[in-house]
Amino acid sequence: MKDIREDIAWAKINTDVLKSLESPRKLFWVIIISALTVFGIGVACELYQYNMGLGVANLDNPHVWGLYIATFIFWIGMSHSGTLLSAILHLMHADWRKPIYRFAEAMTTFSLMTAGLFVMVHLGRLWQFYYAVPYPNERWIWPNFQSPLLWDAMAIFTYLSSSILFLYVGMIPDLAICRDNIHTGWRKKLYTLLSLGWEGTDRQWRNFRVTYLTIACFLIPLAVSVHSIVASDFAMSQQPGWHVTSFPPYFVAGALYSGCAAIITLFIILRYVFKFEEYMTLAILKKVVRLTFAIAMVWTYLNLIEYATVWYSHDEVSKAVLIQKATGTYAPFWWMMNFCGSIVPLIMAFKRFQTNIPVMMVVSLLLNMGMWLERWMIVSPTFSHGYYPWTWDHDQWPSWVQWGVVFGSFGWFTFLFMVFCKIFPSVSMYEVKEMVYHRSLASKKLEVAGMQESGKGAH
Amino acid sequence: MSKRHLLAIFSNFHEAEAAVKELRNSSIKGFDANQDLIVKSPIEHPEVEEFLGNKPVYVQWFTLCGALTGGLLAFFLISGSQANFFDQVKGGKPVVPFPPNFVLTYEMFILGGVYISILGFLICAGLPARRSPLYSSKVSEDQIGILVKTDEESAGVLKGIFTKHEALEIQEEAGK
Repeated sequence: MKDIREDIAWAKINTDVLKSLESPRKLFWVIIISALTVFGIGVACELYQYNMGLGVANLDNPHVWGLYIATFIFWIGMSHSGTLLSAILHLMHADWRKPIYRFAEAMTTFSLMTAGLFVMVHLGRLWQFYYAVPYPNERWIWPNFQSPLLWDAMAIFTYLSSSILFLYVGMIPDLAICRDNIHTGWRKKLYTLLSLGWEGTDRQWRNFRVTYLTIACFLIPLAVSVHSIVASDFAMSQQPGWHVTSFPPYFVAGALYSGCAAIITLFIILRYVFKFEEYMTLAILKKVVRLTFAIAMVWTYLNLIEYATVWYSHDEVSKAVLIQKATGTYAPFWWMMNFCGSIVPLIMAFKRFQTNIPVMMVVSLLLNMGMWLERWMIVSPTFSHGYYPWTWDHDQWPSWVQWGVVFGSFGWFTFLFMVFCKIFPSVSMYEVKEMVYHRSLASKKLEVAGMQESGKGAH
Repeated sequence: MSKRHLLAIFSNFHEAEAAVKELRNSSIKGFDANQDLIVKSPIEHPEVEEFLGNKPVYVQWFTLCGALTGGLLAFFLISGSQANFFDQVKGGKPVVPFPPNFVLTYEMFILGGVYISILGFLICAGLPARRSPLYSSKVSEDQIGILVKTDEESAGVLKGIFTKHEALEIQEEAGK
């Protein structure tokens, strides 16, 4: 099974991808309307909370963080997939990533934008966000630069802006194709503006290659640092269950895991909605599934390490939190998290399921549910079983306002992502051409070598 | 001497490569292959560098400067703000603590590196640019273009070379 047909004409690649900008299947509009509806619910909940205060979200002492921060970590995690596919696999010359890395990069950008919203939503008073901005108040007191919360703000800003630039730079040659082929309307103006007059000259390509590689090299440590810093929000506190050395790598593995699972979901959706069956092939799906399986096993290992560290640490309070997770109010969710995160991915080990689209769709959704539950199970149980005994009878069930905002974020992300795929090429045309060109060259070389070999045999 | 621009379109890379090699090897009056020849292609061909000769790329110098500036800026901004506490009691803790400051220095190192790399890319690649008058949208599809600038009187020689290597189309325009 080949990743892509090698005899596919370059002109056809342009036509197919450009067609996706104009005539997607009807499901596209169903998704857009559903996303807007869900997003509308989220906005209504946020407006209500803004007017009434955080109490309506059921956030109070000791539960100062709830679903908002759990979902914030979830969205930050989702963003890692784009970096994995575009930067890490780019450096490893894994060319099968080429038809799918563009939408993964877009996913990175929009999930970071969604995550950023939660930082503000959980403050209640949105305007207080300025405390995380590095400028002094009227008494010349600066923000605390030693706080991981401030590191978070800076890291997310750096990651978001760098991801947007990386996505944009990688798209310039494709924007020029759009400019050359779409002749009227606002799109023509937009593509002309954004393509910056790109003509594919040798000078442009030469500088493009170096720039793309350079930013890819920056993005990899940046992605790791961002989620390590998010992990530090927890690990640098003294709360039981959070003060764990392995938290940063555990968070990074979880991030890559949920990101890969999301790539499978969006791969299947885009393949159908935009008729990309020839580019988002089952062979590529198989590779993504295998990658996800490998990362799932890494996450499972780190998860077990975390349990073992707590269990054998003789830290009775942390141990009590772990026991409470497994047997207390949150037990169904904790067991569900372990099931979805460690047992469900085992399906991916079977070859026959790796290219089975309905099965993979369900599996990827379950994996992401597991990863979302993981974040919730990190945040909430610790608050209801902290060092102070008065917290022990304070289990918190999030109010409908919190749930509404969380669901709304999925609508917001889906809306942004689908609009992006409708306006910009979600398959990189020039890179697919490169993939086809190099693979057909390699095949021809193999054929010639084979003929020479058989010629020698005849003599 | 008035100049003339020619754009020859080729259906495949090998014909374009052969044409470029011949242009580089022949001495044509008013035409310098190092200055007056541009290859346009729909994909990045690393082979282009082999037959056009190695041309330097300076983006990485922008990257270095950007990253160092970003890192230093962050470190001195943070340390400067912490130095504000010199006249306040810090309980024996360092006024400028290096380990936590390293985190933001690192983030700004990357931020500066990325931003200035993009700036360097735009400068080095000559972007944004006006569309050249000789442009074929076929170049962004599946064909290779060779754009040359030469003296009016040598244009015929160049056209002959392009035709010999089976150029699909030759566009021409008087230039400066």
